[in-house]
Amino acid sequence: MNEHTGDGGGSFESRLAAARKKQGLDPTPPAQSVGGSQTTSMGVGLRVGVELLSALVVGVALGWYLDRWLHTSPMLLIVFVLLGGAAGIANVWRLMAPKRG
Amino acid sequence: MAAEELPSIDALGQFELTTSLGAFGRSVNFTQSNTMMLIASALVLGMLYFGMRPKAVVPGRLQALAEMGYEFIYNMCSDQIGHEGRRFFPFVFTLFFFVLMGNLLGLLPYSFTYTSHIVVTFALAAAVIVLTTVVALYLHGWKFFTYFFPAGAPKMLAPLIIPVEVISYLSRPVSLSIRLFANMVAGHVMFEVFASFVVMLAAAGTLGVVGAIGPLALNVVLVGFELLVAALQAYVFAILTCIYLHDAVHLH
Repeated sequence: MNEHTGDGGGSFESRLAAARKKQGLDPTPPAQSVGGSQTTSMGVGLRVGVELLSALVVGVALGWYLDRWLHTSPMLLIVFVLLGGAAGIANVWRLMAPKRG
Repeated sequence: MAAEELPSIDALGQFELTTSLGAFGRSVNFTQSNTMMLIASALVLGMLYFGMRPKAVVPGRLQALAEMGYEFIYNMCSDQIGHEGRRFFPFVFTLFFFVLMGNLLGLLPYSFTYTSHIVVTFALAAAVIVLTTVVALYLHGWKFFTYFFPAGAPKMLAPLIIPVEVISYLSRPVSLSIRLFANMVAGHVMFEVFASFVVMLAAAGTLGVVGAIGPLALNVVLVGFELLVAALQAYVFAILTCIYLHDAVHLH
C-alpha cells in the first residue's frame, strides 16, 4: 500500500513533478494543430486564406505560361484557374480534415 | 496645421532597398538587406560559438540559449520527420535561426527586415521545396510520382486528380513564402501607420498631443505582439519544412 500522508508521501519523482507543476516549470506541450501552426481562429483563418490564394496563384501562373508556350490562349488559363481553385480547396481539406492513421 | 496639406502616410517606404557599406556597397549593389543577413548570420554563429565555449555542466545564460535552440530544433526534427529526421537537423536549424534573426532584428529601430521581401522568403521556400523533392526522388525513385495519385482513387479521375495534386504540391513554396512575407509586412506597416498617427496628431496642437497617447500606447503593445509573431512565424516556417520533409521521407 502506498499511503499519501500530506507532503511526506509519494516517491521523490512524483513530489518533484508536483512541485515543478506548481511552479509552472513544466511547459505544457504546445497543442499540435494540423500543420503545427497557430491554434487561434485568426491564425487558422489566415492559413486557410494563404493556402487558397497560393494554389490559385500557381494555377494562374501555370496556365499563363503554358498558354504562352503552346499558343492556346486562353483555353489553358481557364482550365488551370479552375484546377488551381480545386487544389486550393484540396489544400484546405488536408489542413482541416482529421489526420489519417 | 492646414487641413489640405496633411502629411501622407508612407507605409511602404520602409521596405525600399538602399545600398549600404558606402562606396563598396554602391559599386556591387550591396543593400542594407544583405547587411542585415550578414549581421543575423554572425549573431547566430556567435551565439553558438561563444555560448558553447565554456562547455559548462551547469550552463550559463548564453550556453542555455544555445542548448535550448539546439534541443528545440532537434526535437522538432525527430518528432515531425521521425528517426531519419535527424539527418535534416542542420538544414532546419539554419533555416529557423536565419528566419528568426531576420524577424527579430527587423524590430530594432533603424534596422531592416529582410524577411519582409518576398524574394528572400521565396528563395528560402524554394530551397526547401527543391530539397524535399530531391530527397523524395533519391529515396523513392520513380515511386515518388505515385504521390500525385493517391492509391485507391478511381482511374477515371486521374486526369483531374493529377493536375490538382501537382498544383497543390507546387503551391507549397508559394504559401510558405507568402505566409512569412505577409506577416512581416503587415506588422511593419501597422507600426508605420500608428507611428505616423502619433506624429500627425502631435503636430495638431495640445489636444492632439493628448490624443497621440492612444496610437503611441497601441504601438507599444504592437511591439510585444510583433515579437510573438516573429518567433511564431520562424517556428511555423521550420515546422512546415519538417512536415514537407516527412512527406518526402515517408511518401504516405
